[in-house]
Amino acid sequence: MRTTARTLAVIAAAALSVTGLAACSSGSSGSSDSSGDSKTLTYWASNQGTSLENDKEVLTPVLDKFTDETGIKVDLQVIGWNDLQTKIQTAVTSGQGPDVVNIGNTWATSLQATGAFLPFGSSEMKAIGGKDKFASVPLSTGGAPGKDVTSVPLYGLAYGLYYNKQMFADAGLQPPTTWSELSSDAEKLTDPANDVYGFSLAAGSYTENVHFAFINSAQNGGSWFNKKGDPTFASSANVDGIKRYLDLMQTQHAVNTSDAQFDNASQSTASFATGKAAMILNQNNANATIESNGMASDAYGVVPFPAPEGGEQIASFPAGINLSVFKNTENQAGALKFVKYMTSESTQATLDKPYAALPVLKSAANATDQTEETKTFLTIYNTMAKPLPLVPAEDQFESTVGKAMNSMFAKIATGSTVSTSDIKSALQTAQDQVSQANG
Amino acid sequence: MSTTVLPESSRAAELLTDSRTTLANKPPKRRRPTQWLPYALLAPAIVFELLIHIVPMLVGIWISLVQLTKYFIANWSAAPWAGLHNYAVAVDVNQAIGKGLLNSFLITIAFTILVVGISWTLGMAAAVALQRPFAGRGLFRTLFLVPYALPLYAGIIAWKFMFQRDTGAINHILVDQLHLTDNAPFWLIGNNAFGAIVVVAIWRLWPFAFLMLMAGLQSIPQDVYEASSVDGARPFRQWRSITLPMVRSVNVTLVLVMFLWTFNDFNTPYVLFGSTAQPPAADLISFHIYNASFITWNFGSGAAMSVLLLLFLLVVTGGYLLFTNRRSQRA
Repeated sequence: MRTTARTLAVIAAAALSVTGLAACSSGSSGSSDSSGDSKTLTYWASNQGTSLENDKEVLTPVLDKFTDETGIKVDLQVIGWNDLQTKIQTAVTSGQGPDVVNIGNTWATSLQATGAFLPFGSSEMKAIGGKDKFASVPLSTGGAPGKDVTSVPLYGLAYGLYYNKQMFADAGLQPPTTWSELSSDAEKLTDPANDVYGFSLAAGSYTENVHFAFINSAQNGGSWFNKKGDPTFASSANVDGIKRYLDLMQTQHAVNTSDAQFDNASQSTASFATGKAAMILNQNNANATIESNGMASDAYGVVPFPAPEGGEQIASFPAGINLSVFKNTENQAGALKFVKYMTSESTQATLDKPYAALPVLKSAANATDQTEETKTFLTIYNTMAKPLPLVPAEDQFESTVGKAMNSMFAKIATGSTVSTSDIKSALQTAQDQVSQANG
Repeated sequence: MSTTVLPESSRAAELLTDSRTTLANKPPKRRRPTQWLPYALLAPAIVFELLIHIVPMLVGIWISLVQLTKYFIANWSAAPWAGLHNYAVAVDVNQAIGKGLLNSFLITIAFTILVVGISWTLGMAAAVALQRPFAGRGLFRTLFLVPYALPLYAGIIAWKFMFQRDTGAINHILVDQLHLTDNAPFWLIGNNAFGAIVVVAIWRLWPFAFLMLMAGLQSIPQDVYEASSVDGARPFRQWRSITLPMVRSVNVTLVLVMFLWTFNDFNTPYVLFGSTAQPPAADLISFHIYNASFITWNFGSGAAMSVLLLLFLLVVTGGYLLFTNRRSQRA
């Protein structure tokens, strides 16, 4: 008995010390990931391809080339969109993060306000090849105006109106150029008996919803923040813009009410690709998803999202992915080299194709081998895009207004009506939340 | 939760004093050398209790007193002192944030009453039904415990699929098979979402009530029932006058634990509705607080709401324990 007890005690002690050691080792490797070894950089890439695996396949040869050129290893981690913001948040809070990270460029100003990211001042800009290599629209998304940006553009994206060529031809329609054409086309193409609708919307996704609240209100000349950075959500331009967008489902019945449950743009894209909807609004990286759902690339066309007659010709905001460097990196020189490499002409040329991204460099914007679709998107991006509010409270605008839109679509889908005054009071609540949280 | 430990720890204190008094009767020589041992044995537990419970709680209270927003998140110590401002905002029901919190609080109360009440009833019914041995009893017991044994995520995701409007099993039965309605209802958005989450939460919770009550019922001697049936007691009377009083101590703890779990439930709404698409009709308070702090990086405000929630639960728990203890003393 005594020996058994002793054996047990020894085993228990050993187990304890092993778990203790494991905890220590994982702790130390965690910190060396982020900085310790100057020959390794940790890079968090966002999900741009059809899957996380696909991203790894696309990026690995590009990163290997960087290692060959500089001797710096890159530890790549591809992170899905659902997790990216939380992971960045945790990294900022704990100070334990990667060296270089991809961000959605709409977050740039909010993240800049945390002070956790390296500002690209003149010397840093010089180290990555100079400010002038970037086209002006993408560079303007890097941070608040008048401050050194904390992110530089990597991939450019813009919203376009995708339409099914066959369905338009069958109905004898041309792609719409004004809002009234769009809504009448959408109604004509709707055939609920056959489960076909004119439009599919990601009406349960707060990010998609807030983007279209913004674009529709911008067409009315609306704005969401005043010059002091205070929210002005409940203005009539904003209310009318949202009403116009909601009415696609509410009064024109051109959107399947089931779309109110789509919390991801890939679901509306799938509806489009499988012929259940004639039109969708999506960013240019939708191509891969459309084709993987079995729609050939010549079966759809893209035109700018039309504004109402007399409205401002705004069809998108300059969306895209930016690169940021964490301020506490111990290998700042290496991180800047990496940013320079990723935003170099040759790397951009390699990555823009698989990711269907728009060029962010001046030199690439005028390339001659562009497809018709890329040209359309570039026109939207460069001439018809208005930046989202470049204020630190932008993220709060997205979450409060986006969620209010989710609820409005849910109301419509479940049979209630959303009137102008309902929209106004929902926006007033969102505005109060934001101003109270900042006041 | 910590208060549920109270009765046990006070009992432990009694035991300690008992052993002290018996020790005191013996010569003091033998007591001294062994005195360090209980402390040494308790030390790891105390250290971990501090690390895991007390310190995070104090940090949470500290966060609720500062303006910890995205401007200071990279350097916590620079966050400006806010005093009770975060609390003032959270309880100001005339403003947007306070109104939202109050609304969420009321929804959560309704949710908790329904879920705990129905789960307890189902658990009690099943436990009583399976109290006496019969062929196949083991099978039913196992079957009833399945929801409790399933990994939480897998179970709720399965419900999420079943509640889908176009492809879900529930609408398939209601609309395609039974033709109860023409228009397929939504379950995960709009007002039906409240019903959906109540159903899922009950499905998850009632096996626990069943398990606890079944264990309690096993300790009731069979002869009490036999004696009462000789006196002419019907089953309902037996249940009311024998079963209920005999499992009272189990019930007191069970209802408290179920209340705390349900009121604080975060996982069910998070998995059922997704991390961002919380329908207003099912805006449970844990998730509401998560949204208030994480989505908008306003951790001070979220922490203040959490502390308020903690205070509320402490008051309810304390009141509940006082009430039930007094009643047990009177009886």
